[in-house]
Amino acid sequence: MRIVVCIKQVPDAKDVRLDPVTNTLSREGVKSVINPYDRHAMEEGVRLKEQYGGTVTVVSMGPPQAKAILQEAISCGVDDAILVSDRAFAGADTLATTYTLAQAIKKTGDVDLVICGKQATDGDTAQVGPGLAVRLGMPYVTCVKKITGVKDKVMSVERMMDDGYDELEIDLPALLTVVKEINVPRFPSIRGLRKAKAFDIPSYTATDIDADPDQLGLGGSPTWVVKVFPPEPKGVRTMLEGSLDEIAEQLADILSDSAHGA
Amino acid sequence: MLIIDSEACIGCGLCEDNCPFDAIHVEDGKAVVNELCTLCGTCVDHCEVEALSIERDEEGVDLSAWKGIWVYAEYRNDKVAQVTKELLGIGTELAAQRGVALSAVLLCGKAGDVPQQLIAAGADKVYVVEDSALVNFTDDAYGNALEDLARKYKPEVILAGATAIGRSFIPRVATSLSTGLTADCTNLAIGDDGHLHQTRPAFGGNIMATIMCPKHRPQMSTVRPMVMKANTPDASRKGEVIAETIAPARLKSRSRVVRTVLSEGEQLNLSEADVVVSGGRGLDNPAGFRLVEELATLLDGAVGATRAAVDSGWIGYPHQVGQTGKTVASKLYVACGISGAIQHVIGMKSSETIVAINRDPKAAIFDVADYGVVGDLFEILPRVIEKLKERRS
Ligand SMILES: Cc1cc2nc3c(=O)[nH]c(=O)nc-3n(C[C@H](O)[C@H](O)[C@H](O)COP(=O)(O)OP(=O)(O)OC[C@H]3O[C@@H](n4cnc5c(N)ncnc54)[C@H](O)[C@@H]3O)c2cc1C
Ligand SMILES: Nc1ncnc2c1ncn2[C@@H]1O[C@H](COP(=O)(O)O)[C@@H](O)[C@H]1O
Repeated sequence: MRIVVCIKQVPDAKDVRLDPVTNTLSREGVKSVINPYDRHAMEEGVRLKEQYGGTVTVVSMGPPQAKAILQEAISCGVDDAILVSDRAFAGADTLATTYTLAQAIKKTGDVDLVICGKQATDGDTAQVGPGLAVRLGMPYVTCVKKITGVKDKVMSVERMMDDGYDELEIDLPALLTVVKEINVPRFPSIRGLRKAKAFDIPSYTATDIDADPDQLGLGGSPTWVVKVFPPEPKGVRTMLEGSLDEIAEQLADILSDSAHGA
Repeated sequence: MLIIDSEACIGCGLCEDNCPFDAIHVEDGKAVVNELCTLCGTCVDHCEVEALSIERDEEGVDLSAWKGIWVYAEYRNDKVAQVTKELLGIGTELAAQRGVALSAVLLCGKAGDVPQQLIAAGADKVYVVEDSALVNFTDDAYGNALEDLARKYKPEVILAGATAIGRSFIPRVATSLSTGLTADCTNLAIGDDGHLHQTRPAFGGNIMATIMCPKHRPQMSTVRPMVMKANTPDASRKGEVIAETIAPARLKSRSRVVRTVLSEGEQLNLSEADVVVSGGRGLDNPAGFRLVEELATLLDGAVGATRAAVDSGWIGYPHQVGQTGKTVASKLYVACGISGAIQHVIGMKSSETIVAINRDPKAAIFDVADYGVVGDLFEILPRVIEKLKERRS
């Protein structure tokens, strides 16, 4: 099975905070990491390879710094890594991103399975997986929490729903997006780290992937961010004081009012 | 693109300090932009010497063929999703501002009286596709059906709930139509320019972004449940029901649902609950968690949990609130023994009233709370439960 996993470099979510004084995002000491969901996507790819044979290639579209996460992916057991990087990709929204990723993936040859994370924690859009599947002409299932088997080019999976889960079959080649429940990612192995160190990550430009310039970057993006602003601050909080009984009494009032009054 | 007038730039660094995307830096005394730039305009607003400006390809395109506001009516297990009614609420406003009709699109096996429910909730028209291929949700069949209808009728806006279903197949429709899609919107408005201004949180809710899709149609958004207000249902409202058929080949799906498993005891969908009582590691053990469940029952609410509580096995994953769980926007959120880690807070901070009980006065949960109690929940919760029971009887 030839598997491609899409991974993105994102700022570490727990470090991104709004500076209460200036109302801007303070990035001091913010690390760039592999999007947490994509670690699970990678792990699932490696597990499938171990079970069914084949190869796993990770692909990332991003600035040259994104090589770091591809290197890390190699140390965690993937076979091959490709960076897709060009100034022309700057400002891409999800439509332009899926075009670019699809062009790059097509360039690598035939693929049986593409795995993405459920969403990237910088934008939380969850749109790249489904959009990429459309571009590659593949069926897809989102929010997969378990792969139960593969037989005769049909894969069985479980998909999270708001009210439980669905069991599905999907024809390969296909694309899946995965949630964290699917597995526990492994740590880099010594051998992996050594391989990663020696691995020279190729970088594809817009020309390398035969891209139509009109579909790239800002120009290829139908959505425009026209404004960013801090969220409305929360109201002033009240700390309840008094004896245990007084506190319980006040709480009972607040709970009944907010639950039924609103 | 972002134009930097290097004559005017004084290298003060205000742009760098204010850029939310780390896309502009001062190098050798002048601002330099990198590929992370999204043209959001924050730097332009902050520049005091007018050295920055944005140039876009504003060349007009004729969008006049696209008219009307559409809401995808989510219908699963014989139930119209609450968010659909909320979308018909905001849709009513948007349609009035644009002077166009509000339509709902229903994809299902059998429609029954659902079209009438949608009309009562605000739809002027309901496009209905009834087909055995649509009994179960699959991305291929639902995506093709909505895409074909959109090509036929050309709506200017398509809204859907940011639910498991909406977030799964709406991106497919947007990509197939080569148009933009904004996920998880919390505010929608028609601007003076006639375009849909879509506002959504980014970076885990640390900033808000307003997004437009000025040169493509339809303008598409998924919208978070519990953010918009539904209309009061009016059973006497009249509307038009239009039966549609989709070519059988387009309803053939390359994925098939074999079985649907509903979570036990999850009658109430957490994301749609008005009251959520949540517990964290502070509850210490499964028995402690029963206190949370008892309080939730008394308040007719749903039970939420932190990842720590779920990982401890005190309650099932469907109850997890946060970055890797559900997002709730309840009227009342009661956090018991929860420290307030950012990954949890992301999933609950848009609740209207937040009450936190924690014995650590410095717990971060108090930063987002409207009411806080510093104390031991094993003393406080039983007392509150007792009082609420007294008031009931
Ligand atoms: C990538 C990632 C994703 C994550 N996603 C999520 C997510 O979706 N949802 C989520 O919840 N977490 C998530 N987490 C975990 C999150 O970082 C926290 O670890 C978790 O929310 C902590 O849960 P807690 O508040 O229950 O536990 P703790 O942090 O251990 O807090 C327990 C609190 O209870 C208080 N307490 C203890 N005993 C008592 C008592 N008797 N009376 C009153 N107060 C008491 C303590 O003072 C403490 O503040 C994620 C983490 C990562 C890294
Ligand atoms: N620039 C990118 N490069 C590689 N993969 C990406 C990129 N952006 C998004 N993805 C993949 O798409 C998933 C969903 O991202 P998003 O739609 O941005 O929330 C991620 O978990 C990744 O697997």
